[in-house]
Amino acid sequence: MKIIKQAVAGTLESSDLLVKVEPNDSGLDIVIQSEVVKQFGKQIRAAVAETLAKLDVDRGTVVIEDKGALDYAIRARVQAAVLRGAGSVDVNWGQLS
Amino acid sequence: MKTRRSMLFVPGDNPAMLSTAFVYKPDSVMFDLEDAVSPREKDSARLLVFHALGLPAYKDIERVVRINRLDSEYGLKDLEAAIRGRADVVRLPKTDSADDIHELESHVARLEKECSRPVGETKLIAAIESASGVVNALAIATSSQRMAAIALAGFDYLVDMQTSRSGGSEPELFYARAAIVHAARVAHIDAFDVVYGNVDDEEGFLREVQIAKQLGFNGKSLIHPRQVDLLHRAYAPTQKELDHAQRVIAAADAAHRNGQGVVALDGKMIDPPVVKEAELILSRVYAS
Repeated sequence: MKIIKQAVAGTLESSDLLVKVEPNDSGLDIVIQSEVVKQFGKQIRAAVAETLAKLDVDRGTVVIEDKGALDYAIRARVQAAVLRGAGSVDVNWGQLS
Repeated sequence: MKTRRSMLFVPGDNPAMLSTAFVYKPDSVMFDLEDAVSPREKDSARLLVFHALGLPAYKDIERVVRINRLDSEYGLKDLEAAIRGRADVVRLPKTDSADDIHELESHVARLEKECSRPVGETKLIAAIESASGVVNALAIATSSQRMAAIALAGFDYLVDMQTSRSGGSEPELFYARAAIVHAARVAHIDAFDVVYGNVDDEEGFLREVQIAKQLGFNGKSLIHPRQVDLLHRAYAPTQKELDHAQRVIAAADAAHRNGQGVVALDGKMIDPPVVKEAELILSRVYAS
């Protein structure tokens, strides 16, 4: 899946996260900002990377502002941002589980 | 048999609530993709609900997803997320006729096949929100083997009836409530009463719970977590009711063992309806 435009999903409310994606032809750049980055930074990054891999996203800039979201919310918000950024209206559910 | 007293609405676009609603121990959680979610957030909420359905914390709670109407641009997408997320129940809003359920059922069966779920596994709840829905309540309730319950939604119904909530004994809802409960009893499914919107008015909520309980509703749809425990307490039998029910069952068992058709307890005849009522009371103890 190719990110062709800037897109955002999520919020900055507690237990949520804001995900911003934008095109980046030079590669995949994941930036994570979180108050709990010391404790959970690795897990957050792993969840984001795995979600992007399942969506076949290998190029783009993905910025995460985490507010203590659980793993399921991270995956859902990243998927929503990527689908919006790819201009995709049809969801391939097999890529999302 | 599944106990359904409390169905707690959880906005589908709110991760904080999606991940914590289980702590209030409702009988059912209803992840809402309809009115609680703005049109521009439908896509993101659908994904949140899809993943929230898989949270281990909900393994002992019935998981319901309220989808948008199938004739909207969101309905079928919501349904696919619910079925692929392995929701236990799909709640259809604004159900006006049995045809609405038949259409939903055909899509549910197709999606169950596509994602290798047993066909027939997903149950359905119809929300009745119009005069047509109330008049067709029996046809709706008996429209499918998948039907688990019907629920009255008061706001849209009263707008359709050109009236509004009055508080107190609420005569404006009496016919609809009675029709819904009768339809549910004929179909052997559950019936849910309307939501009570003023979450700070505990007295008014409990007054409405008593009306619903007395009419025979299994429970209510709830919009705030604090209403769950209030509802469960109101539906729980008193110690006096419990003691009497246990004595009725004991007397009926003794009569059965002795080959007697009927038996008296405290001067009153214990016949099958009395035994059934006692069993209902005891079932509410075990559910609480």
